[in-house]
Amino acid sequence: MSTARDVIFQRIAKAKGASTPEAAHIAYATIERNYQSAPSLDRAPIIHLLEDRLREYDAHVYRVTESNVGEQVKQILAARNIQRVLVPDGLPESWLQGAIFEIDNQQSALGLNDYTAVLTTATLAIAETGTIVLQNAPGQGRRAITLIPDYHLCILRTTQVVETVVEAMRLLEPTKHLPTTFFSGPSATADIEMTRIKGVHGPRFVDVILVTDEIL
Amino acid sequence: MSRVPLDPRTAPSFQTAAKVLLGDAQLRKNVRHATDVIQNKRRRLVEEKHDWQQMRESGRQIRAHALQHLDIYLAEFERNFTAAGGHIHWARDAAEAQRIVIDLVKQTGTSEVIKIKSMTTEEIQLNNALEAAGVHAFETDLAELIIQLGEDQPSHIVVPALHKNRSQVREIFRKKMNLPNLGETPQDLAEAARQFLREKFLRVPVAISGANFLIAETGGVCIVESEGNGRMCLTLPETLISVVGIEKVLPSWQDLEPLIQLLPRSATGERMNPYNSLWTGVHPGDGPTNMHIVLLDNGRTDVLADHEGRQTLQCIRCGACQNACPVYRQTGGHAYGSVYAGPIGAILTPQLMHMEHSQSLPYASSLCGACYEVCPVKINIPEVLIHLRNKVVEQNGWYAPESLAMKAVAQAFLSEKRFRAAQRLGRIAESPLVKKRKQNKLQVLGQEEAQTPGWIGWLPGLLGGWTDTRDLQAMPKETFRDWWEKRNEKGSNRT
Ligand code: SF4
Repeated sequence: MSTARDVIFQRIAKAKGASTPEAAHIAYATIERNYQSAPSLDRAPIIHLLEDRLREYDAHVYRVTESNVGEQVKQILAARNIQRVLVPDGLPESWLQGAIFEIDNQQSALGLNDYTAVLTTATLAIAETGTIVLQNAPGQGRRAITLIPDYHLCILRTTQVVETVVEAMRLLEPTKHLPTTFFSGPSATADIEMTRIKGVHGPRFVDVILVTDEIL
Repeated sequence: MSRVPLDPRTAPSFQTAAKVLLGDAQLRKNVRHATDVIQNKRRRLVEEKHDWQQMRESGRQIRAHALQHLDIYLAEFERNFTAAGGHIHWARDAAEAQRIVIDLVKQTGTSEVIKIKSMTTEEIQLNNALEAAGVHAFETDLAELIIQLGEDQPSHIVVPALHKNRSQVREIFRKKMNLPNLGETPQDLAEAARQFLREKFLRVPVAISGANFLIAETGGVCIVESEGNGRMCLTLPETLISVVGIEKVLPSWQDLEPLIQLLPRSATGERMNPYNSLWTGVHPGDGPTNMHIVLLDNGRTDVLADHEGRQTLQCIRCGACQNACPVYRQTGGHAYGSVYAGPIGAILTPQLMHMEHSQSLPYASSLCGACYEVCPVKINIPEVLIHLRNKVVEQNGWYAPESLAMKAVAQAFLSEKRFRAAQRLGRIAESPLVKKRKQNKLQVLGQEEAQTPGWIGWLPGLLGGWTDTRDLQAMPKETFRDWWEKRNEKGSNRT
């Protein structure tokens, strides 16, 4: 008796003729990709664009130099009245100021639900779309930690900001096997009368600190 | 909490269903409002991308290429997903997919699952099958939750509850969540959903999803969403079961470059949707340890076999054609008798049904071409509609009810400005095709070739430019409609 797999492959072969990896490979190379793949702006406007986009999503954006990150974290947490923050392994000690920082110890989802705040860095950000890309890497951690707490403070360097989605995808290519999350603003829905409502299940509040160590 | 699913095999004809729905003023108002809002947002965000047409063309070529070499990419995906610790299952049809999912759920010992919005699982009527097997599925997308609690049916592939307004949603939540004092603002309603579902996310050990893209090169999966319910489902449970149509595979990571830009701008009028999740199999310490993908045929290979219909499978389910369609905007989605409503449903459903059901759907269109203009992967929907009408005519004869049904649709939509001229064109476009297609029938053409010769090259131009359509003098004098109306006047109406 033939398996479902065999039958489906037979149907495909009958539908269009069987292909070969070589034929697929040759044809693949002919696909046109004439869309924009390089930045069109200078660095300073790219960072501005990211800030604008993040603010459109109601994120607060702060720009500081490396030596002031800890102080900025402290101020933000105080203003938000947050005393306890979940963090992944691998963040610079100097960033962790003004609260109790507890390193993720692979607790259950229920355990994560006790935290209201999480602090991480990111792999990169896309200015055009206001997107921040998180991966399972040091300083970012597993996906659940940036999902369950209601508040996410994300710190990244301006050198990690690109203008376009295409540039981002090409930078991510070497780490494409890692669990990867693109987030663009806080969780939202427009399911009721197309009104954008912030915050359904993911974090409802996102702040971003941009660390300026390039000359803009 | 089970509901009667939309089933093309038992649904009334589009014309019959539409007549009823057209009488529901609230529904029409809700649909019109929602589609207006999305269309305006989409238009602005498409206009700001100066490389939109280049992305569309790449998107089309990538999707057409993946279909042309579907066997290669599916095998590659299977190899890589398996190597990354996942399990692949193959389902010839809906019943087989249901069985596979039910068995997988049963093996975990749970009687509850959480679900991410997935039109593919709606297509195979999975929730009812699970319920019958003693497994309750909690829908976690806000719109799907509204549909599920309201014992309703999805009417749009991206915003499935767009036919409900806030007070209707409030009534449903008040009753079903037992919240007598629930407020009426969208915030109140979203908050109620957050509360209702949080406990389930934290507790239920199995999630069921669809997928937006599969990536052959890496064995990767991509899911895009807004609310974070998707992320909850695909990171917290121990087991994740994804039901995915075989056509969803992309060759490589690089192919996401245009597609993850085209999709959100077309679907919700956002530069990027709030969340895109990408992962490759099992990643220790991060996400489910037990990962299954059910690859579903359920009629797709039939569509693949039809070289004119094949482009239907390029679809990335953005819903833009629904929002743009003057017919959909009048009737809403339920008239299409399938989870795939609007122009994409009008071409996809009858083909998935082997042209045995939903034969009225190819006529549920004015052929105005708006769907083709907005489609991010350039599916020439009017071309496929005409092709399918022709198939219906070939099967049933010109005088069959389906062929004549367009008259009923026409009467229903006279108020839509563009309709009459478009419909006239539609009539005209039909008959040359009938002859032409017969000649082409045995030719085996690649999709690229199929789009160029004969009437096909002529048609999109004709339908595409609306200003051209006012001058019909050069067209044949007597259209089918004219002919039909004259027949009616002579009292020889057969209907
Ligand atoms: S047919 Fe095109 S416009 Fe319609 S849902 Fe599919 S991709 Fe979107």
